[in-house]
Amino acid sequence: MSHATTEDTGTSDLTAAQPVAPKKKAALSEGKKAERRLGWLLCAPAALTMIAVTGWPILYSILLSMQRFDLKFPDRTEWIWFDNYVTVLSSPYWWDAVWVTVLLTVVTVAVELVLGMALALIMHRALVGRGIVRTTSLIPYGIVTVVAAFSWRFAWTPGTGYLSEALGSEPVLTEKIPALMVVGLAEIWKTTPFMALLLMAGLALVPDDLLKAAAMDGASAWQRFIKITVPIMKPAILVALLFRTLDAFRIFDNLFVLTAGSQGTSSVSMLTYNNLIKGLNLGIGSTMSVLIFLMVALIAFVFIKLFGTAAPGSDDGGKR
Amino acid sequence: MAGIGGADTTGKKVGWGLLNTVVVIYALIPVLWIVSLSFKSSKTLADGNFIPREWSLENYQNIFSTSEFTRALVNSIGIAIIATAIAVVFGTMAAYAIARLDFPGKNLLVGVSLLIAMFPQVSLVSPLFEIERSLGLFDTWPGLILPYITFALPLAIYTLSAFFREIPWELEKAAKMDGATPGQAFRRVIAPLAAPGVFTTAILVFIFCWNDFLFAISLTSTEQSRTVPVALSFFTGSSQFEDPAGSIAAAAVVITIPIILFVLFFQRRIVAGLTSGAVKG
Repeated sequence: MSHATTEDTGTSDLTAAQPVAPKKKAALSEGKKAERRLGWLLCAPAALTMIAVTGWPILYSILLSMQRFDLKFPDRTEWIWFDNYVTVLSSPYWWDAVWVTVLLTVVTVAVELVLGMALALIMHRALVGRGIVRTTSLIPYGIVTVVAAFSWRFAWTPGTGYLSEALGSEPVLTEKIPALMVVGLAEIWKTTPFMALLLMAGLALVPDDLLKAAAMDGASAWQRFIKITVPIMKPAILVALLFRTLDAFRIFDNLFVLTAGSQGTSSVSMLTYNNLIKGLNLGIGSTMSVLIFLMVALIAFVFIKLFGTAAPGSDDGGKR
Repeated sequence: MAGIGGADTTGKKVGWGLLNTVVVIYALIPVLWIVSLSFKSSKTLADGNFIPREWSLENYQNIFSTSEFTRALVNSIGIAIIATAIAVVFGTMAAYAIARLDFPGKNLLVGVSLLIAMFPQVSLVSPLFEIERSLGLFDTWPGLILPYITFALPLAIYTLSAFFREIPWELEKAAKMDGATPGQAFRRVIAPLAAPGVFTTAILVFIFCWNDFLFAISLTSTEQSRTVPVALSFFTGSSQFEDPAGSIAAAAVVITIPIILFVLFFQRRIVAGLTSGAVKG
């Protein structure tokens, strides 16, 4: 109540964008306190849920990763420090999965960046049918990954599928490289529109006047794109790359449906799932979990170094 | 000059039309294919034709006659709606605080949400599997709802705080001048203004929950809480001689319907939500 009256007499409309900003000192501290309490109160449910579901499990997975813990032989559970890490890191299956994951991530994200940029330009600049393009390209984004994956699987199934019918009936999903290409294709199809939307948000920041001025000065479309659009969009491009890279690194659904990790096509997530849920080996599964977490942290760290101040987290919210 | 300009525009329009067609075909082919499969009769299921030679509803009759699918559908709908509701309520509260209030720990919360957004979900599967088993949450609705809320919250917080920054806050100030407490200002003035943003966020969160596969397959083991994407991957034909492709396709089409409806009716909102949340941070 007290700060409300202070506001009444004190602040003008010019400071309207500021949070409660009373002038008197005593009122300020009281108002500040109330604001803090409300802030914490409002954030508490979200913060507590996130911490409860991630914080303790992360610590717990580190503990589990240092134990021999196989649910098939629960009485042989014991503390073995880093033996699981030695086992995993010296396993050719693990490194195979790491390379498959890295390969899929790098290739799909690179292709998505190019296709996504093209799609973003189409959505941004289209003279006709902009609504139709935007609506239909949201379908791959929204569709359940497993559904899309089944569609691709049946399309390539010899006999059943239109693609295998059209392109000869070699079973593509039973050999490593062709299978990985199909997985990559499914992944690219699904996520290019998301990439395009993120890039489109960046395109919207490019001032039209600048492009027109450059065109007047005789810059070609390609020059305008490289010299003006891309530099202004750089933060948006980095955000899109970061999100997609980390997302691609977790690839699971498409692989599960398309190959189930056979013929050496396991990603790290697939391998962890197989050890954990199929093999019921909590120790090894948790070790892989921790290793994946470390790899993702490394990727995020590198990206955030690249971002500098453009990182989404460094924007301190309320102040505009 | 004007004539050339005119011809140029027509040419451009044709060009755009072609480009648009390419995009539409690109986006729709896999969807049309699964729809086509779902309408094929069991005789023509494996004929490799893009368009059914014989249309039939038998795949739909099959899936709706088994509890394997109907139960999974109930689970999917229930779990996604509850998780969305909770995540959006928590997210709205937190995003309001982040967008409007000044308090220590705010940046930490933003940072933590960003970390969770990037978190490899598979890293949580092992510990959650064990924790949920010991707490009796394994293979229950709450056992899936909890991780869904957690991974939806960063999305909700980012999208909502971006929306909240666009709201004319002078109105909140006016309410406070009239003697409203910050809490009342939130409920009476800001919440109605924020409704479109909240609604958009709810759609995005629902799509996320609806889509999940990794948690659903790892943290469930029976029909009791299995969601449709997981049930799909376990479909077998009613006899070992029957190809489950028809049933899978029909079930896949059923769970795609809500997504298509969202996209058709709320295209603009979804685009706004995805772009504002992800880029403005």
